[in-house]
Amino acid sequence: MIANIPYLAVAGLIIIGLYTLLFKKNLIKMVIGITILESGVNLFLITLGYRMGSVAPIFTGNADNPVMSYPVPQALTLTSIVIGVAVLALMLTLVIHIYRHHGSLHVSKLGGDDQ
Amino acid sequence: MNIVDMLLTHAPALTIAIPLLGAFLTPLISRVSEKGRNIFAIITVGITALFVFLMASEVLSNGPMTYVFGSTAATVQQSTVIRILFEVDALSIFMAIIGIILSFVAVVYSYAFMEKNTGLDKYYTLLLLMTTGMLGMMLTGDMFNFFVFLEITSIASAALVAFWTNKAKAVEAGFKYIVISTIGALFVLFAIALLYGQYDALNMAKIAQSLGISGFTFIDKIALVLLIAALAMKGGLAPMHMWLPDAYGRAPASISLLLVGATQASLYGLFRIVFTVYGDVISLPSISIGWILVLLGLITMLIGVIMAIIQTDFKRLIGYGAVAELGYMALAVGTGLTIVANADPNITLETAPFAMKAITGGLFHVINDALDIGLLFLVAGAVYYATKETSLNKLGGLARNMKYTTIFFIIGLLAVSGLPPFNGFASKLLIYESTYQLNPILSIVAILSSILLLAIFVKVLHSVFLGPALPKYETVREVPKSMLLAMAVIAGIIIVFGLFPQVIVTNLVEPAANALVNNSGYLQWLTGGF
Repeated sequence: MIANIPYLAVAGLIIIGLYTLLFKKNLIKMVIGITILESGVNLFLITLGYRMGSVAPIFTGNADNPVMSYPVPQALTLTSIVIGVAVLALMLTLVIHIYRHHGSLHVSKLGGDDQ
Repeated sequence: MNIVDMLLTHAPALTIAIPLLGAFLTPLISRVSEKGRNIFAIITVGITALFVFLMASEVLSNGPMTYVFGSTAATVQQSTVIRILFEVDALSIFMAIIGIILSFVAVVYSYAFMEKNTGLDKYYTLLLLMTTGMLGMMLTGDMFNFFVFLEITSIASAALVAFWTNKAKAVEAGFKYIVISTIGALFVLFAIALLYGQYDALNMAKIAQSLGISGFTFIDKIALVLLIAALAMKGGLAPMHMWLPDAYGRAPASISLLLVGATQASLYGLFRIVFTVYGDVISLPSISIGWILVLLGLITMLIGVIMAIIQTDFKRLIGYGAVAELGYMALAVGTGLTIVANADPNITLETAPFAMKAITGGLFHVINDALDIGLLFLVAGAVYYATKETSLNKLGGLARNMKYTTIFFIIGLLAVSGLPPFNGFASKLLIYESTYQLNPILSIVAILSSILLLAIFVKVLHSVFLGPALPKYETVREVPKSMLLAMAVIAGIIIVFGLFPQVIVTNLVEPAANALVNNSGYLQWLTGGF
């Protein structure tokens, strides 16, 4: 049972992220929602690579505990985090521009006539 | 080994490396000379195009190419080596040809179209990055690598959609696009994690093989649903199309053209997942993915044309036209799958009557849609360049001053509504013919959508180019030669494809369709010495 807790956390994070995206009307909150969703997916990847009682997959010459967790999901997560930072930066930049145009971050204030 | 062989061996890597390197050299060259930078971007895409065509001749004559980044041995000490693998088969190269043509035309068109803008070093960097991401999605044989290229394409294209940050609508369209893309990409990553957790592999061929052995488990189904939903959303299929007209309509015209390629790269991903990764289980009669694609296609076509009727903005209207065109591809490919699933179990995709025809038509329509919709976007961009106006209510009488642009618009309009002798006719005829075999209603809806498209674009022709001369557009002049050249290249390809469709279908589309339905060619490296 205790081994399933990370998966429950993954489900929780993804559901919170989707809820935020669907029901929050503030652009910054939507960006936060995407970040939470992303954390959920990253946590899922990391959890997949974990083995009971394992150590970080680095060869230290210490033979006491030879069980290592899988390194591949960690590499994937690292890549995903880096991409996430780029996406987050771009989204926030666009939010700043939207705020300059409309003076508001509420979705209902967006739209209207061009220029 | 002579130099051509060596270049050919490394062509899959160079196709990605050259635009990527070019992207980050662009700002440096921009410091020296603005004109030099524009020409540098054109040359970079040109060299990439050479490599794509070099690969095309190799793949079409000698079968799929594989390129390994990392260990060349598949296993070390009985454990599978994790490495990135590019696999280029006829379908990948077919899509890559579309992508590189669009990219080349876009970069030539940008030369004059974007001339008066500032921040062009960033523009060209992002444009080349978008090309890199698009080509990467088409060439890669690795699921996670696919996700990375998907994200590169999304980030670069969202930034380019919002390139005119002084326009509120453009920034909003960019924000919408990046939010949708990121959610889609995260679902793709989640699905990849599910598949990795089950099969301990990221390679598409390896996953396909394991999937074929294990059957079709519950987790595979969840992963398939997530992948189809996310990639259909990125591919602009209704009801997840709402970002598409905004993004297409607000981006600079050269970027709208490239976005068509990016959207189709996502559709390619969808087809690749459905036919290759799930290839061994997807055509089982109990699985109705084919019908789902057919339904999505029908809704997409209808929503696209109906929404296009009421648009008053030139580029948004073409954006909805593009949505409608995407429906045809989903419809045709879905029809192919459904025919097989309904037939008796001995019939496979290759032998079922009309299934291959449907898939060939669908794939041929991918390239035709890219060219037709692309040409219309370039014309809309030319009109905007000359008049600074995109509203259909305010434009009029432009044919007097812009006669070449008008001719290109007429070519695009006839091609997109599927009239002979243009290319849209060739692929749409294949689609009508094959969907009729599944259910006549499908082809009726498809023909109806084509007729509506014709009506919509004739209306645009009338309100933009014909009618009385408006005093405020008396001084409008024809657009610069490089923009005309870009449009002429596409128009030329449209006419050639329309006059000799059989040549293109036999040499390019049918190998791609065969590669799509028959995944054993894609899986052969697993047994073939790697």
